[in-house]
Amino acid sequence: MLTSILSGDFPRSRVLTAILLAILVGLALAPFLFPGAAAINTAAKICIFIVLVASYDLLLGYTGIVSFAHTMFFGIGGYGVGLALYTFGASWGVIGVGILAALLVGVTLAFLIGLLSLRVRAIFFAMITLAVASAFLILATQFSEFTGGEDGRSFSVPQVLRPGYRLLEQPLFGTVVNGRILAYYLVFVAAVVLFLVALRVVNSPFGRVLQAIRENDMRAEALGYRVVYYRTVANCLAAGMAVLAGAMSAIWLRYTGPDTTLSFAIMLDILLMVVIGGMGTLYGAVIGATLFIVAQNYLQKLMGLASAATEGLPLIPKLVHPDRWLLLLGILFVLSVYFFPTGIVGRLRGKSG
Amino acid sequence: MPPVLETRGLTVRFGGHVAVDAVSCAFHAGTLTAIVGPNGAGKTTYFNLMSGQIPATSGDTLLEGEDISGLGAAGRAQRGIGRAFQITNLFPNLTVAENVRLAVQARGRGAASLFSLWSRHRDWIERADHYLALVNLSGVRDTLAAALPHGDKRKLEVAIMMALEPKVFMFDEPTAGMSVDEVPVILDLIRTLKADGSKTILLVEHKMDVVRSLADRIVVLHNGKLVADGDPATVIASPVVQEAYLGQAPKREAAHG
Ligand SMILES: Nc1ncnc2c1ncn2[C@@H]1O[C@H](COP(=O)(O)OP(=O)(O)OP(=O)(O)O)[C@@H](O)[C@H]1O
Ligand SMILES: [Mg+2]
Repeated sequence: MLTSILSGDFPRSRVLTAILLAILVGLALAPFLFPGAAAINTAAKICIFIVLVASYDLLLGYTGIVSFAHTMFFGIGGYGVGLALYTFGASWGVIGVGILAALLVGVTLAFLIGLLSLRVRAIFFAMITLAVASAFLILATQFSEFTGGEDGRSFSVPQVLRPGYRLLEQPLFGTVVNGRILAYYLVFVAAVVLFLVALRVVNSPFGRVLQAIRENDMRAEALGYRVVYYRTVANCLAAGMAVLAGAMSAIWLRYTGPDTTLSFAIMLDILLMVVIGGMGTLYGAVIGATLFIVAQNYLQKLMGLASAATEGLPLIPKLVHPDRWLLLLGILFVLSVYFFPTGIVGRLRGKSG
Repeated sequence: MPPVLETRGLTVRFGGHVAVDAVSCAFHAGTLTAIVGPNGAGKTTYFNLMSGQIPATSGDTLLEGEDISGLGAAGRAQRGIGRAFQITNLFPNLTVAENVRLAVQARGRGAASLFSLWSRHRDWIERADHYLALVNLSGVRDTLAAALPHGDKRKLEVAIMMALEPKVFMFDEPTAGMSVDEVPVILDLIRTLKADGSKTILLVEHKMDVVRSLADRIVVLHNGKLVADGDPATVIASPVVQEAYLGQAPKREAAHG
């Protein structure tokens, strides 16, 4: 049973299992464990990024494809749902149509990019994705009558997902179960399902061929696997999953804009999350995304406290001043990549196995 | 019956250098053909042309009478051309068992299945284990291929081709760099294949004693050209081989390998 759900891909390390369970429980009960708008926002963002990072790992970690267009697909999902809701009004049908249209556009684009450039050298593919993604970003900001330009678009979501909606008259465990909480659970359940689907794909015969291609594409070809076909399908699957993550993001934020989905800053974040968590293992996506987003959101506060606590000491208060948080984050990344070249998951598994 | 594998005027040019020069040759079922020649003669390149790793400049390759010149390596592998490489060519960060299982899977149904569980394809696992046992690698089945000693890597290289269950087996110096006590495993395996009587086996090999003991026929390449072809005794004794292969003028007294 559990084997089927996890596709036989167990964490294979006690510490890793404990961490993953803690993250799962934390996210599942987030609205009740961590009250407040900021906390639930962080939790939703973690759910969305787990899907996004897992789909990127399918490309980078499993297939060995370096793509810089992943935020473009994330954006296609965000804009697809966002613009549909903005244009046609809030209803579930519109969300469905928006998702389908975004999937169609995203997967077709991934297919074309793949077909055009996956048979050539990896560096060329990376450059093509960079070019296409930049073009897309420019398009999205230039067609401002349609996309809202730099400002993006705010829109409303179906009634039951709005803050004003009450599922229960009485608060549950001291928390009012409103539409925001329902929206959170929609995002959470979607994330769990998509993650498990991705886990199944990487542990399928297809997934093992992807790993073979990453390891030695020429030998995979010599065994009879058409490498271009496998790479293209992987590219489409990853794109489709990123589109769905984008849709989740739009539904949660009730907003879509270049900075939340399309920007290269996000692309960089995704790369870091994959590397920190561990390439080539989807559990790495969970840990990478969680750690990164928590650090991004709470490091500043933590540093503020540290700065205040060390007041009077020389130099230290200045070093841990909240304004230096990016510097500290950078140092943490360098250290983590240096000490855990196989990522956190690789490290944990290596020790136990 | 047409030959299993045949090349007609097969040629490849790298810049100005003709590495394989209009080689026409046919290989029949039940025959082990040794392909010999000095270093740089074009043996590996000739293999690469037949198994589709590199495209030919001109000439054709036929499998069972059908022109397969337009097919790439994957298409040729699917049609039964198996290849073991001279320079070990594995999936380094997968386990030994996974390396072989990927070859079994390539020939199996559902090889590209997206949602079935890899670990539940018991038949693939069992067949992979069978081929691992053939080359004495069962004991290291869960070791990463990258961590194997050289001799074991060579064995794995051969096991991967065996697991493809091809019609044509192309061994490119399978025992190169192996320690003396490991060589017999590979030679026995080739002997068993040969004893089957239906397989088409091509073997590039420098060790003349191995060639003498295994080959039904010897083809000699020199500077990309086919310079001799025939039964082992005749070819080895022929002046052209003495010159081409041993790099010396033919001597009166029969030279030994
Ligand atoms: N991809 C390539 N590009 C350019 N030259 C090549 C290429 N592959 C092979 N050659 C050249 O073609 C010639 C034949 O090489 P090949 O590897 O086929 O020889 P070989 O007979 O297998 O030698 P050995 O016994 O050392 O394995 C050599 O001169 C080699 O340098
Ligand atoms: Mg060679």
